[in-house]
Amino acid sequence: MAYDKFTILTSTAVPLPLENVDTDQIIPARFLKATKREGFGDNLFRDWRYNNDNSPKENFVLNNPIYSGKILVGGKNFGSGSSREHAAWAVYDYGFRCVVSSFFADIFRNNCLNVGVLPVQVSAEFSEQIFNAIYDDPNTEIEVNLPNQTITIKSTGAQESFEINSYKKENMLNGFDDIDYLQNIKGDIETFANGLLL
Amino acid sequence: MSKTLFDKVWDSHVVRKIEGGPDVFFIDRHFIHEVTSPVAFLGLKSRGLKVLYPERTFATADHNTPTINQHLPVEDPLSANQLKALEDNSNEYGISHWGLGHQKNGIVHVVGPENGITFPGATIVCGDSHTSTHGAFGAIAFGIGTSEVEMVLSTQCIMQPKPKKMRINVNGQLGKGVTPKDVALYIISQLSTSGATGYFVEYAGDVFENMTMEGRMTVCNLSIEMGARGGMIAPDETTFAYLKDKPLSPKGAEWDKAVAHWKTLKTEAGATFDKELTFKASDIEPMITYGTNPGMGMGISKHIPNAADLDGGVATYKKSLDYMGYNENDAMIGKKIDYVFLGSCTNGRIEDFRAFASIVKGKKKADNVTAWLVPGSHEVEALIKEEGILDILNEAGFVLRQPGCSACLAMNDDKVPAGKYAVSTSNRNFEGRQGPGSRTLLASPLVAAAAAVTGVVTDPRDLL
Repeated sequence: MAYDKFTILTSTAVPLPLENVDTDQIIPARFLKATKREGFGDNLFRDWRYNNDNSPKENFVLNNPIYSGKILVGGKNFGSGSSREHAAWAVYDYGFRCVVSSFFADIFRNNCLNVGVLPVQVSAEFSEQIFNAIYDDPNTEIEVNLPNQTITIKSTGAQESFEINSYKKENMLNGFDDIDYLQNIKGDIETFANGLLL
Repeated sequence: MSKTLFDKVWDSHVVRKIEGGPDVFFIDRHFIHEVTSPVAFLGLKSRGLKVLYPERTFATADHNTPTINQHLPVEDPLSANQLKALEDNSNEYGISHWGLGHQKNGIVHVVGPENGITFPGATIVCGDSHTSTHGAFGAIAFGIGTSEVEMVLSTQCIMQPKPKKMRINVNGQLGKGVTPKDVALYIISQLSTSGATGYFVEYAGDVFENMTMEGRMTVCNLSIEMGARGGMIAPDETTFAYLKDKPLSPKGAEWDKAVAHWKTLKTEAGATFDKELTFKASDIEPMITYGTNPGMGMGISKHIPNAADLDGGVATYKKSLDYMGYNENDAMIGKKIDYVFLGSCTNGRIEDFRAFASIVKGKKKADNVTAWLVPGSHEVEALIKEEGILDILNEAGFVLRQPGCSACLAMNDDKVPAGKYAVSTSNRNFEGRQGPGSRTLLASPLVAAAAAVTGVVTDPRDLL
């Protein structure tokens, strides 16, 4: 999918300090019936965000006007469970461009990278510092610098570097996806396939 | 250097290595279903791409299909639209399609092995995290996102960094009433839902060697619930016997050639793993979950742990128990049950129905329980009838539904109502997984059967 290039993102952030947030919470299965990828943001965290009568649940962070921004900061083991890419689409469609956590589930992390959402894994200590900074001042800004692979809490100056493989980094910086790459090596793929037993 | 089973299969499927990046990884078999494929086909169309090897992709409808009256048009227009999209896309691109009503229709991870699409040493993906099921045959099988479905359709490859390797050994004799599901839930309870993230698991030891293919599939299916991308078991005579003469298995000289190769798919002595864990079969009892992730499981006779005994995460833990309506230190035995679900890609195979029937035979379904018994495929359904299991179920007051994913993820009408408790043989007890507000207790078919006839959580060993 074509998506916006990602270079340096400076934004306030939304805190969600729960652990093991699974993709069924990010986008419940009953909302997976679309045949297009747009519109999932309305149902992001649907059952935590809305009551049965569709009224907003006041105590959920996305319904608290104090918190906003393009960065979602989650607890440990974020995105576990189902492989539904709809979870990453919902995060993107809602307006987030970056998810920060001290630990990501594999498939969710991969899906994010494929749709233009940058997953930034930080240490548990740094994660704690971010939550504290946001709770101290919801207007505090976080800078995510992909070229330098750093994340900075602007108010305190605290900084940590994060990992991303150089191939995926290039893709994110340029808004490329894997299909562009794979299409270019089709000859190699066909040669490989011809040598297979089954 | 000595290689593991995983190394052998992975390394033989790398088309190209990218410096500082992922491997270009060739996929032998690709399964698609109605929910995670439509957007991938949209992507193909917008780029003007073809499906490179349509004969390597197999479509089946399962996630949102109804489990009663499958001969009638699907009522929910959104589900019907997705089913139609799968059919149209399959037809347009020349992909084999087992839609609703087709004799071979069923849950993707049940019909794949049943038809011999799955084979040892294969690389298999599907836009579904429980694709790990196929690892039971010594395949590298894992779930992918829709962008990757599009990659496989257009190039038969995805781009993946090679995961780390973990071996999990379980040795000894399993006790009475302890099933493959209990072995898996026990391992997950020990590792947590993120304990194997970043790893690919090989299961080894005599407990797995002695398991049937159905049991191995249940174990590998649940690999994702401890965070692993997948899990695999070395193929052996049990594997070959299962696959022989399956409709799409190789035949004649091709079969012999394939088996000769499959016999080489073993971890060599001296091969190393990044992590190795060993458990004792005798430590495992029938398991049940009490919380809102599959790692929150325990032996059925035990009490719910106290938050104070946990290593952090207290707020999340308390939120979870609150959702379930349970308290720290509660016993699970005797907890009231409203629903029982037997089915899913985890426990929707013939062996699971045999186990369920072994408990309910000669008893009656409890009045307070609604039971949904959903076979994983028409083939399982046919065997249930053939083996006389249906009669046992009917006499005990149960009815059999038609194949599909059903209440495992409740995309169709099989939804557990808010606040109600379900003992479920499926794979996830997340909040709302079986319907908004539903509360799920994951367990084996034996535990599900014991709950179905008593109306409360019951130790199946008391009924065997």
